[in-house]
Amino acid sequence: MSFDLLVNALIAGVLLGGFYAAVTVGISISFGILDIVNIAHPAFVILGSYIAYILNARFGLDPVLVGILVLPAFYALGAAVYQVYYVSFEKRGKEALSGLAFFFGLLFITEVLLILVFGVDYRYVQVAYIDANFGKFLGTTALPKIIAELPMRMLVPCVMSIVMFIVLLLFIKRTFIGRAIMAVSQDALALQLQGASPVRIKRIAFAISIATAAMAGAFLIIIQPVEPSVGREYIGRVFAICVLGGMGSLTGTLIGAMLLGVAESLTATFYGPSWAPAVSFGLLLLTLAFRPSGIMGR
Amino acid sequence: MKSRNFILIAAIVGAALFFVARFGALSYGEYVFFAGYTVLQYVVLATAWNMLGGYTGYVNFGSAAFFAVGAYTSVFFHKLYPLPIPVLVVAAAVVAGLCGLGMGYLTLRLRGAFFSIATLALAVVLQTLVVNWDFVGGARGAYVIRPANVDMNWLGETVSGFIAHNLISNYLQYLFLIMLILAIGAIATARAIERSMLGFGFAAIRDDELAAEASGVPTLKLKLIATALSGAFMGMAGAPFPYYISFLQPSSAFGLEYAVNSIAMPIIGGTATWVGPLVGAILLGTLQQVATVTISSAVNVLLVGLLLVFFVIVAPNGLVGVMQKLFRGKPGAQT
Repeated sequence: MSFDLLVNALIAGVLLGGFYAAVTVGISISFGILDIVNIAHPAFVILGSYIAYILNARFGLDPVLVGILVLPAFYALGAAVYQVYYVSFEKRGKEALSGLAFFFGLLFITEVLLILVFGVDYRYVQVAYIDANFGKFLGTTALPKIIAELPMRMLVPCVMSIVMFIVLLLFIKRTFIGRAIMAVSQDALALQLQGASPVRIKRIAFAISIATAAMAGAFLIIIQPVEPSVGREYIGRVFAICVLGGMGSLTGTLIGAMLLGVAESLTATFYGPSWAPAVSFGLLLLTLAFRPSGIMGR
Repeated sequence: MKSRNFILIAAIVGAALFFVARFGALSYGEYVFFAGYTVLQYVVLATAWNMLGGYTGYVNFGSAAFFAVGAYTSVFFHKLYPLPIPVLVVAAAVVAGLCGLGMGYLTLRLRGAFFSIATLALAVVLQTLVVNWDFVGGARGAYVIRPANVDMNWLGETVSGFIAHNLISNYLQYLFLIMLILAIGAIATARAIERSMLGFGFAAIRDDELAAEASGVPTLKLKLIATALSGAFMGMAGAPFPYYISFLQPSSAFGLEYAVNSIAMPIIGGTATWVGPLVGAILLGTLQQVATVTISSAVNVLLVGLLLVFFVIVAPNGLVGVMQKLFRGKPGAQT
């Protein structure tokens, strides 16, 4: 095991982890805070990727910009999905079996619709910086080698994802609605007594969680070419990160994502990339067996 | 009706079905058996899923994983030493049942959602394992050549001679017969569970686990029994699959359609009793056979997904629940 290889794997893992955090933060809100087991989240991420692909291919827009532009649309989509979920399951107290089946169905409908429209070919975006590394992008040679060689394709999603995280954290800690979202996970009745409607707060939170999928989808298609069934690989990952970080803790999610990124990167480097998907499951089972509350769990 | 009588009637229905299929094959060709096998396979999968999902309320998303465990157990033994299929079915049941038990032991002590998520991830991991395991074909897949003749010598010469001359004229019919017996076995087991103390315990878990635990129902033990049984039957459904398809690759064994169908069929049929999965599997299975031939297999999965979402929202008690409401004017058993 050479030292350079190890350092490179670690850096790649941290960059990958930053991206995983963006994919997971939506699940962290819906599953961790609201207790809605939205297994269709990765499908929404892929939907975001395809929208980024279309707008990039047609108008040459930057995927990250597309992600920001479609935030309102995804927010509305999320609000609509929550409304259906609330009326059909949560209100009737049937969220366990029927709710899970509902999201499972959504996952397949989204995936198959994408297959029917776009086929199973891999799609990718064309942006100038994707093939460059950080030093080339800035046009300087003054940076240390290790920083100059960071690939922009990984760096952009990671940095943008952390920016998104900070915005979300500030929103949750500083605004009334953000605090209400945390409150609804602890005691919906008490929230109602304070004059806020739990259903409305949950709808807002779920809509935000789906909105993050638009950003995550844009990041995903920057990192790798995308086809409709890629989303399934992320189901295990996002839930592993969410549980590992601790349910309902955004900081925990970021830490968990970094840990999984590094673990996968090390596995891929030293055992071969075909083993990487198994890492998340191993971590998930270990967490569930030894510390079900996760790293930052209450 | 006693269980023994039920099995007798089911066996008679099964035998009738087999002969109807044989007559059908005379005019429509062997496709009758080919399509019939798939429908029966879904009957087993849906019934098996319902033993855990319908009776205890724990959702298993990893049906494809258990199915593939069965299929790859067959491939493994096929490469080692050719065994008759019934033996492979038993081996698959043991391996898949143990998988279910292990998974359940790690995740069932926690909230229900964790179990579902773990099963979802299980499929991905097992697929990774199989892809990296060259002995069973790895990512390239494995050829499993069907034997020219049905090997029944282990039944003794008279019986095997009788079967070969009077019952089965080719290997496909043999596979069909095995799946038919498995389907009857699964349904009889499901029905027996419903009427036993085990079934009452499962129902108690489904309705209110905390209350059940407090009243002295050994919930963890019961859940583990349900997971192991359900996993074992899914594995059994997968065991003859390599011989049916003769070229098995990871993407077909871990196919999307098994996971979604084995959830959609019981939910569309109705999860409260053994009738639901049977009705759902026959209806959806036949519909899909028709849709695959006439439209395309992608539309197929879309159709199932749409039906699933439609039913959980509009008719959560499934077709059986709808029927009960129509005929008796009262809602069916709670799901």
